[in-house]
Amino acid sequence: MELEALTGCLSSLSCTVTQISTGLIIGMLLFLVASGLSLIFGVLGVINFAHGSFYMIGAYFAFIAYQTTQSFTLAILAGALGVGLFGVVFERLFMSKVYGRDVLMQLLVCYAFILILDDVVKILFGGEYKLMGMPQAFALPPFQIGGGFIPAYYVFMIGISFAIGVLLWFGIAQTRFGKVVRAAAINPQMVGALGINTTMLYAMVFGLGSLLAGTAGALAAPIRTLTPGMGLSILIESFIVTVIGGMGSIVGAFIAALLIGMTRAFGSMAFPLFVDGTMFAIMAIVLIVKPSGLFGRPVH
Amino acid sequence: MWAQSSRRDLALAALLLIALVALPYIFPHPAMRDFIIYVIAYGLLAMSLNLLVGFTGLVSFGHAAYFASGAYIFGLLMQSGEVSIPVAMLATVGGTALLALVIGAICVRLHEIYFAFLTLAFQMFIHSVILTWVSLTGGDQGLMGGIPRPPFLGIDLGNSMTLYMFCVVLFVICLVIMRQIVQSPFGYTLRMIRDNPRRANFLGVNVVAMKLAIFVIAGAIASVGGIVMALFVSGAYPEFAFWTTSGEAIFMIMLGGTQLFLGPLVGAILLQTLNHFVTIYTEHHGLVLGIVILIFVLGLRRGLADYVYELIQSRKAAAAEPKPRAEPAQATFTDETRLADKGANT
Repeated sequence: MELEALTGCLSSLSCTVTQISTGLIIGMLLFLVASGLSLIFGVLGVINFAHGSFYMIGAYFAFIAYQTTQSFTLAILAGALGVGLFGVVFERLFMSKVYGRDVLMQLLVCYAFILILDDVVKILFGGEYKLMGMPQAFALPPFQIGGGFIPAYYVFMIGISFAIGVLLWFGIAQTRFGKVVRAAAINPQMVGALGINTTMLYAMVFGLGSLLAGTAGALAAPIRTLTPGMGLSILIESFIVTVIGGMGSIVGAFIAALLIGMTRAFGSMAFPLFVDGTMFAIMAIVLIVKPSGLFGRPVH
Repeated sequence: MWAQSSRRDLALAALLLIALVALPYIFPHPAMRDFIIYVIAYGLLAMSLNLLVGFTGLVSFGHAAYFASGAYIFGLLMQSGEVSIPVAMLATVGGTALLALVIGAICVRLHEIYFAFLTLAFQMFIHSVILTWVSLTGGDQGLMGGIPRPPFLGIDLGNSMTLYMFCVVLFVICLVIMRQIVQSPFGYTLRMIRDNPRRANFLGVNVVAMKLAIFVIAGAIASVGGIVMALFVSGAYPEFAFWTTSGEAIFMIMLGGTQLFLGPLVGAILLQTLNHFVTIYTEHHGLVLGIVILIFVLGLRRGLADYVYELIQSRKAAAAEPKPRAEPAQATFTDETRLADKGANT
């Protein structure tokens, strides 16, 4: 415990600003991954345990696209659309075969894919760390707020993640597609009976959820090291976020992601070795007090 | 009747014990003994997990946490040099039961998919504790320096043959305990909870307490698997607590089937054999294992042993009486009740 480090930082504006920007970066990435996980669970009732691996392949798709074209825009598109498409294929060919069956079967299909994707990445890129590097467009001087420095890419990333979040919220809350999605989450049989093609809907929702994971992976590629195992830790963290926020709630995922991001940023100063422990403690407290999460529907 | 069946179980256990004890005299190759100890360690992990998955319907994806806890607590106690092996074993099983009680108390109240994920999350938490608490656990190097095995009651586990016999006896004792649990009224209550938790609750069963009890028991038995493993490799490694160990245990259950008591053990033997051959031919172990899992899940749609079991059952039924409609009708009935349950829950 180094509480004086934390209080020391909080009393200095520049340090606080830097830590807040770090917390926002972690939080926004988590939000993108967690909202996809939450969306898929809300509508299909399936936890995609391979969601973290989708984030990983998003990062690698962006890496390949950036290496070949040197265009960062194309890299993001490759990560987002590539993984979205992969998600649709995954849902149609594999996941749809185990709907309504044992959780065990869903778990095993995802487990198989985590193993396969990790190994495929290892075969293609080797087991060692890869760096994509910062795109030329962001080689700007860092922004200076209250004496704290925030790299230009951080500002871009926070902004674009926030925009995607607002778009997603708007899409779910206001559009016709969003209404169908929300209805399917509550009563899929009724939605099917009303003549809506639920097979198509499920594939689209799965694709959208995967697209969010892929986008997060692509956005993380310039600032994170790429390794075959990078999916698992974000899977666990994004699950913690969805549990705290409440399964199926986009707003909940957003608030919980910020909470976890800030906990990681400031917690790493106060108790560097026990940051993971703090996240689990928060989750455990939320589960004990409110098992459905802060913004979730009651489980029963 | 209950006494009669448990007498028969005891006789079968004695036969198994004799067979396992005789095995190294029939096949004197040490690799055979090593393989069996390995299967015992992972078999105990898979069979204790099946108490949760197969008998109670609790899909835990973090069961290896208790396996690792068994290996680490036992290893640390023995390295302290202050306790004898039996005392360390009792303390390990007790300590792991306590750990499972704390984690279980938070997890068992949740529904299936939340439960699966939460157990996974707690396991990864324990894994990260093992990795970061380097001064105690040796971090990613594992518990180094070997585990001392001082003789007790005239038993010297430093001798590899004695170690084998010791593990075999431990294994059979655990099997008998698990069999007794499964056959007891408590075991039947667990099956009722699996098939219809609402009805069980309505009949006055304290579902949460029952789930917690079996969660603790399963954790304690998994820790015995961890002790066997620690004794065998003379160390403990963070991989024991990694999620893939739990995944493999789940797959062993799937491979061997959930319907037979010994199914997970069959799965452990099959998976260890598969691993053995895969690692000879390729380093891409995950790729091969993943594809095999997909073939089983999407092709057979159940465990290998369950498939064979059902095949034999339907052959028997067909031979006894030409009544082909009976079984499908039964199947649809259970499916519908399950669906109705799901609908009511969401």
